[in-house]
Amino acid sequence: MPERLFSAVAGLGHSLNNVFQRLGFAARFFMMLLRYSGQSFCRFRLTVREIYFSGFQSLLIMLVSSLFIGMVLGLQGFETLQRFGSADALGVMVALSLTRELGPVVAALLFASRAGSSITAEIGLMKATEQLMAMDMMAINPIARVVAPKFWGGVLSMPLLASLFSAIGIFGGYLIGVVFIGVDEGAFWSQMQGAVDFRFDIWNGIIKSFVFGIAVSLIAVFEGYDAIPTAEGVSASIRRTVVNSALTILALDFVLTSFMFRGL
Amino acid sequence: MNRRLMDIWVGVFVVIGFAALLFLALRASDVASSNLGETYRLKARFDNIGGLKVRGPVKSAGVVVGRVAKISLDPKDYEAIVTMKIDKRYRFPKDTYASILTSGLLGEQYIGLDIGGDEKMLNPGEIFARTQSAIVLEKLIGQFMFSKAAEGTDKK
Repeated sequence: MPERLFSAVAGLGHSLNNVFQRLGFAARFFMMLLRYSGQSFCRFRLTVREIYFSGFQSLLIMLVSSLFIGMVLGLQGFETLQRFGSADALGVMVALSLTRELGPVVAALLFASRAGSSITAEIGLMKATEQLMAMDMMAINPIARVVAPKFWGGVLSMPLLASLFSAIGIFGGYLIGVVFIGVDEGAFWSQMQGAVDFRFDIWNGIIKSFVFGIAVSLIAVFEGYDAIPTAEGVSASIRRTVVNSALTILALDFVLTSFMFRGL
Repeated sequence: MNRRLMDIWVGVFVVIGFAALLFLALRASDVASSNLGETYRLKARFDNIGGLKVRGPVKSAGVVVGRVAKISLDPKDYEAIVTMKIDKRYRFPKDTYASILTSGLLGEQYIGLDIGGDEKMLNPGEIFARTQSAIVLEKLIGQFMFSKAAEGTDKK
């Protein structure tokens, strides 16, 4: 019996130790990434290539899902607002919830599952097939050549994708609210313009999406770089990328919201 | 993948992203009107500001001429001091009446400026001499009930 207890305690200690070790490694990895970023910016074409793969190729899923989210917001918002006779405020509701919260958060979640997982898979497989090691042998720094462009590609794409998400979402809300249900068009836009402040609402949303971009890209490249170089290990690291970035996004969103929009 | 084609698509992506941002700026938030340009500050003292908030609008004849910049409490006489940023284009007479009003029944609260007839204008940093506090609904109902009750006793 005591032996079993000891091993349970030891297991707990081991997993805690592991978490902190990985956290420390991730921090050192991030520092290294920043150090070699300048080197990778000298060949900016590499980053452009990553913007193509993670940013441009995520456009379709962003467009479709933002349109539907905007349409659902329009439909449900109308249902509720109509009860209080304030269906004219539909535009305000759709625009504020998209620019402040849903735009950055859902865009980042989609980005993590669409682009983050593929970044992890690519780097993890390069590690499993010893390509990263081969690069090191040829005196090419794999962090500067492979990791940093992927990271910056994600960071630069994320704000653009999030603002696109908000814009198309507002259009979806307009489509349902004004075109199908028949909320007054003038009231929809003018109330929205009256309530949404560029520097406060939209700019804070963009800052959010920038932070999420850093978090998701860092998790994706780190999990790939830290993957156990087997088929199983790579699949586990992809799973960790999606789960960890989803949790990180939601937790960070709460923290950022409580700093940005408190007292309103 | 052709290098040039990839560059073109990335360019398209960046253009679409910035177009979306422009749409948000111009269509969803109307940067031009929320940007007041150059402003000066005016102050007003109220017994009660109700639900007035920082960044709330200051309106004259229904037109937004400024925003609430700061709200604080005077520790000596327990009055609220509201600092407003007013657009430089507009000047107001010294006897302008500043009152806290509500837009609609449940809407946000704003400061309404009723223009007086004084020849002299308020200078930046000066205080509105005449103000009217926010109407608190509970107090209003309480007064109404009290007066009704008083009427009832009179009849007896």
